[in-house]
Amino acid sequence: MKWLHKDLLDVVQLSKSEVMAIFETAGRFQELQERPVKKVPTLKGRSVILFFAEPSTRTKTSFDVAGKRLSADTFSLAKSSSSLTKGESLKDTALTLQAMAPDAIVIRHWCSGAARFLADRLDCSVINAGDGRHAHPTQALLDSFTLYQEWGDVAGKTVLILGDIAHSRVARSNVILLNKLGASVRICGPRTLLPPAIRKWPVKVYSDLNEAMKGVDAVMCLRLQLERQKEGLLPDLREYARTFGLAQRHVDLANPEVRILHPGPMNRGVEISSDLADCADSLVLDQVSSGVVVRMALLFLYMTRKGEE
Amino acid sequence: MAKIDLIVRRAKLDGKEVDIFVSRGRIESVKKSVKSLDAGDARVEEAFGLTAMASMTDVHVHLREPGYEYKEDVESGLRAAAWGGFSNIMCMANTKPVNDTASVTELMLEKARLHWPKGPRLFPIGALTKGLSGKELAPMAELAKAGCAAFSNDGVPVKSSKIFLRAVEYASDWDRVVIDHCEDPYLGVATGINEGEVSSRLGLPAQPDVAEAMQVSRDILLAEYLDIPIHLAHISCRKSVDLIRFAKERGVKITAETTPHYLTMTEDYLEAEETEYDTNAKVNPPLRPEADRLAVIEALNDGTLDCLATDHAPHAAHEKEVEFDVAPCGITGLDTALSVTWQLVRDGVLTQETFTRAWTTAPCSIFNLPVNRFEPGDPADFFLFDEGEEWTVSPQTLYSRGKNTPLLGTVLKGRVKTHFIAGKKIV
Repeated sequence: MKWLHKDLLDVVQLSKSEVMAIFETAGRFQELQERPVKKVPTLKGRSVILFFAEPSTRTKTSFDVAGKRLSADTFSLAKSSSSLTKGESLKDTALTLQAMAPDAIVIRHWCSGAARFLADRLDCSVINAGDGRHAHPTQALLDSFTLYQEWGDVAGKTVLILGDIAHSRVARSNVILLNKLGASVRICGPRTLLPPAIRKWPVKVYSDLNEAMKGVDAVMCLRLQLERQKEGLLPDLREYARTFGLAQRHVDLANPEVRILHPGPMNRGVEISSDLADCADSLVLDQVSSGVVVRMALLFLYMTRKGEE
Repeated sequence: MAKIDLIVRRAKLDGKEVDIFVSRGRIESVKKSVKSLDAGDARVEEAFGLTAMASMTDVHVHLREPGYEYKEDVESGLRAAAWGGFSNIMCMANTKPVNDTASVTELMLEKARLHWPKGPRLFPIGALTKGLSGKELAPMAELAKAGCAAFSNDGVPVKSSKIFLRAVEYASDWDRVVIDHCEDPYLGVATGINEGEVSSRLGLPAQPDVAEAMQVSRDILLAEYLDIPIHLAHISCRKSVDLIRFAKERGVKITAETTPHYLTMTEDYLEAEETEYDTNAKVNPPLRPEADRLAVIEALNDGTLDCLATDHAPHAAHEKEVEFDVAPCGITGLDTALSVTWQLVRDGVLTQETFTRAWTTAPCSIFNLPVNRFEPGDPADFFLFDEGEEWTVSPQTLYSRGKNTPLLGTVLKGRVKTHFIAGKKIV
């Protein structure tokens, strides 16, 4: 497939057939994971800068592993070691990075729209690894890819996203992508953690987790940022865990084949019971594995784009 | 008959070709144009093909001097006003230091006299509370004496209703109106985007319209309780105009302004493909949905909203070329206000009567400033306007030092060619 996009800013910009092309490419890379030598020379000589202005373990490592498996040179830059801490603007940081002539920049930033800001100013591909509350397209792609691998087709399935929707870029991107792939999406969380315009989203909204769980095929738990309590959005964590934390009694109401996902890192005992995080229906570690191959697919498609044009 | 100093020949005024006679800075008469005229010693200005319009008054401007001269200073702000068609501008107190002492007011006025001795006239607005802290009243008597025309904590709304009430009372002792920036600080801070569908998709922390309307309702109740006028700044949403309409029907002494951008733009701009997250449209209060825009237009036309103001808020380019969350709020407006709002008259969105009231008679009457209605004895404050001239908004065509406008690259129609204040040509 001829890949025409320069940047990956949001799943909104991808067509369904492009998503399937990403899945197909990721599927091909999966086989590589099984080999003793997990490396191919596909992107040899190409360079990727991992610019993480916000803390991250799994996404950054996942991109790093993905790049290295394709033989790309990856360079990490964290906010703490960048000139952003000296007051340098994002524009100047971007132009400095550009001058080093990378083929792609993977960016995570605490401001919504930061990836778009870079993409408008840089010639190389910009891949959004999470911007503020806006979008986390690679997480949504790996989540759907994980379900796609389980089910063969996501269309017609019902997926519940549970927890802090208002502050979650993972939820935003997943709602868009799951709808695009034909799934029906439910949302459940306290009203204080739902965006005010949630009723305009293509989702069914629940405040009762028991009702929300009835007949679902998969549930995606979101990490609760514990400081939300201090912001007055929750009375206390115990009440949250009892009311919106996923427990076995909720899972019993779902489709018997229900799958459980969590983008990590997890607060065990808060948004998900520890038993469920480790149970046979949990896809949490499959998500991590999928993350690597989906990101390999993305780096491959975006970084070989010019050669195919 | 008084000695005529200036005759502006063959200008178009209300659809008629007229000669405007000026004596000692005031309109002497306006007469149907005649073919030949004995001008005597008077200076003659040919205006054929140009429209004469009464100079406008902007009651809400940020000039940034002292403290932020790199964004704008008194000289550049008045230059933008002169070319923008404004004879009077009122500048807010959120400078550095804050305009809460007579010396700051005097500095502003001295700079204006130095750079623009013939106008546009500058009317500083004093702080309502010391340092805009919202805690202690500013020395309003001293500020009024130094030349402050009104008082406001614009940009930093007073949280305490008690302090605000006292400030309104105290300001009235010096015959000064208080201008309130309506924003409940607990419900919504200045994030620059409306809370709704667009902000929820873009993932930006947002300000709900009730944050504005809550404060509007507080101010209405206080104005009624005190029986003292309060002026409400930059009204942006339907909820606020509904409250103001209801208050005016009850006779409450409330006046209010809106700005050209709330008449012409909506929040959709911030997620359009080309302009997504454009910080030039980050403004406080934020751009609202279409229904609010229409409500604001209706309210301006029916007089619920008394006047227009630019809320001219210049910022340096490097301050706006950052992430949306980090960028300061504000749109530069003195240069573009006339072309933008005259286009609304052309399009039939605003009536010409509304335009005249909103930019001239109402703001002057609220703040006791001179106004020109082209009646004998009025100040000869008017400009000659080429209605057909097209110009592209760009850093080069804006006279303000602030280039931060979402209109960059847009072609506007209508340009000021000559501007007279008190009969003196200023540009």
